[in-house]
Amino acid sequence: MELINHLALGFGVAFTPVNLLYAFVGCLLGTLIGVLPGIGPLATIAMLLPATYALPPTSALIMLAGIYYGAQYGGSTTAILVNLPGEASSVVTVIDGYQMARRGRAGPALAAAGIGSFFAGCVGTLVLAAFAVPLTEVAFLFGPAEYCALMLLGLVGAVVLASGDLLKAFGMILLGLLLGLVGTDVNSGVARYSFDVAELTDGIGFIVIAMGLFGYGEIISNLSHPTSSRQVFTANVHGLLPSRQDFRRMWPAIVRGTGLGSVLGILPGGGAVMSAFAAYTIEKKTRLQTGEVHFGEGNIRGVAAPEAANNAASQTSFIPLLTLGIPPNAVMALMVGAMTIHNIQPGPQVMTSNPELFWGLVVSMWIGNAMLVVLNLPLIGIWIKLLSVPYRWLYPAIVLFCAIGVYSTNNNTWDIWMVGLFGVIGYVFIKLGMEPAPLLLGFILGPMMEENLRRALLLSRGDWSVFVTRPLSLGLLLAALALLALVLLPAIRRTRDVAFVED
Amino acid sequence: MIAVKNARDFYAGLLFTLVGSAFGWGALDYQVGSSARMGPGYFPLLLGVLLALLGAVLMLRAALAQAGAAQAIGPWAWKPLVAIIAANLLFGVALGGLPGLKLPALGLMAGIYGLTLVACLAGERFRFKEALLLATALAALSYLAFVLLLKLQFPVWPVFLVAH
Repeated sequence: MELINHLALGFGVAFTPVNLLYAFVGCLLGTLIGVLPGIGPLATIAMLLPATYALPPTSALIMLAGIYYGAQYGGSTTAILVNLPGEASSVVTVIDGYQMARRGRAGPALAAAGIGSFFAGCVGTLVLAAFAVPLTEVAFLFGPAEYCALMLLGLVGAVVLASGDLLKAFGMILLGLLLGLVGTDVNSGVARYSFDVAELTDGIGFIVIAMGLFGYGEIISNLSHPTSSRQVFTANVHGLLPSRQDFRRMWPAIVRGTGLGSVLGILPGGGAVMSAFAAYTIEKKTRLQTGEVHFGEGNIRGVAAPEAANNAASQTSFIPLLTLGIPPNAVMALMVGAMTIHNIQPGPQVMTSNPELFWGLVVSMWIGNAMLVVLNLPLIGIWIKLLSVPYRWLYPAIVLFCAIGVYSTNNNTWDIWMVGLFGVIGYVFIKLGMEPAPLLLGFILGPMMEENLRRALLLSRGDWSVFVTRPLSLGLLLAALALLALVLLPAIRRTRDVAFVED
Repeated sequence: MIAVKNARDFYAGLLFTLVGSAFGWGALDYQVGSSARMGPGYFPLLLGVLLALLGAVLMLRAALAQAGAAQAIGPWAWKPLVAIIAANLLFGVALGGLPGLKLPALGLMAGIYGLTLVACLAGERFRFKEALLLATALAALSYLAFVLLLKLQFPVWPVFLVAH
C-alpha cells in the first residue's frame, strides 16, 4: 500500500524529538490563543512567522499548523465556561455549552468537545492523507486557464460560504487583489504603486496587513466596548467523564459533524466557522430522543457536533493548499506566505519534491491532536486560571508581540509604520462592517491570479473564450456560478447572515 | 455629510469607489497592453474599474435602503485608536530612532516600556503602577524569549550606552 509507505515516511519525520517539540509548542500556543478571546489564529500565525525563519521548513509548518487546529480546541473551553467564543469557530458551541456549564455539567461539555475534536481530527487527517495523492494528479492537468478559474472559484467561495454582506465581501476581495499588486511586476520589472519608496517595491508585507487588520484593528474595536462582567464557571468543573447516556447521544452527532466538516473544509471559502454553523443547524433539525433536553438548553449534541466539525474542517482545509497551491481561506493564505518564506512553492510539486515535509506535516497533525486531548482535558485547570487574566493586561502584550513580530520580519522600522497605518484601516473596516478576511485571501492570490491570467491569455492569443472552451476550466467556472446562485436561496442566506468569520 | 439611511454601507461604497478609481487612474501610468500581451497596467486597471463600479452600486443601494435597514456607524473610539497606534509608533521610534530629528535609537527595552505605558492609556482606567509592573514583566519575558532564546536581531539597549 502506497499510503502506508507514505505514512511511514511521515512518522519517521514527525517522531523526531525536534518536530515533536514544535508540534507541542504549536498546540500549546494554539490552545492558549484559542482560550483567550480577542486573539485568533490569524494574528498569532502572523506574529510567530518571523520566529520560524531560523527553523527548518518542516518544523516551522508543523508548529504553525498546530496553532491553527489547536485554536479550535481551546476556543471551546472559553465558549463553555465563559459564554464567550474564544475563537470565531466556537460561536455556536456557546449556545449549548454554556447552558450545560450553568447546570453544573461543564465537565461533560468539555469532554464532549475534546473527544469530538479528537475523533474529527483523526478522520480529517486520514482524509487529507487519502485525498492528497489523487488530487495532486488532477492538479497536473491544470493549465493557467484552469488555475485562474480555480482561484476565481476560491474567491467566490470565500464570499459566498463564509461572510456577511455579499457586495462588501466582493469589494474586499478586489481591494485585496489590488493591494497584492503593489510592488515590482515580475514580468515587466515595473514597480507599481510604489511612489518611489524603496520598501514598497518589494510589495506590502502580508504580515503587516494581517497584523494591522486582525491584531490592532480588533484590539481597538474590543476596547471601545465597555468590559462586560463575565461569569466564569471555574468551580463547577469536576467529573469530566460524560455519562453512558451522554456517550450514546453524542457519538452519532460527532460522526455527522466530522463528515460535514471534512467536506466543507475542502471547499474554497469553507472553513472551521462555516462547518460549525452547518453542523449545529443539522443537529437542531434531527428529532430529539425521549428525555433529551432541547437545543439551547444544554444539549450535549450541540457541543459535540460543531466542535467535531470545526476541527475536521481545519484539517481538511490543508488539502487545496497542499495539493493545488490554492489557499481556501485566510489562515491558509498565511500558510502560503510561510511556505514561500522557506522557499517552498505551494502546489502539487510539494509532494514529489518535499515528500518528507508533506507527510511529516500530515502525521504531525495526528500526533498534535493526541497532544491536544491531553492538553485540554486533564490539564483543563491551567486554562481555566488563564481565563481570569483581565483583558487590560492582555492587550498591551498583544500589541507588543505584534510590533516585535513586524519589526523582526525585515529588521526595519518601515514595517512598523505600515502596521500602524493598517491598524487604522482595520478599525475603519470594522466600523463600516467590512470583513477583512476576504481581503487577505485576495491579497495572497492577487499576483498568482494576474500571472495565470496573463499566461492563459497569452496562450490563447488574447481570446477570453479559452476559459469556457477548456472543459476543466468551464467546470470550475460553472461551480463558481452555482455557488453564487445557491447563496441567493433564502435558507442559505439566513445561515450566512449569522456566520460571520475569522478564517 | 449626506443623510443616508445606511451610513455604513454608503461610506464603505464610497471607500471602494475612491480606492478603485485611484488604482485605475494609477494603472494608466503603466503600459496597459492588450489581452494577448498584458502590460503591467492591464490587471490593476481591470480590478480598479470593477472596484469603483462595485462601490457605486453599494452607495446606490445604501441610498435607496429602507429605513428599517438603517445601520449607523456609531461613535469612533478615539482614545483606544490613538493610544494603540501611538504606542506602536513609539515602539518604532525607540527601535529605529528618528534620524531627521537626530534622535538616537533607544532600543528594545525602552521601546517596551514606552509601548506598554501608552497602550495602557487605551483602557477604561489608567493605573500607572500596574502599567509599570506589566511593562517590566513584558520586558523580562521579551528579553528571554526574543533575545536569548530566538536570537532575533534587535538593538536592545540605547545606542549611546553600547560601546562600539
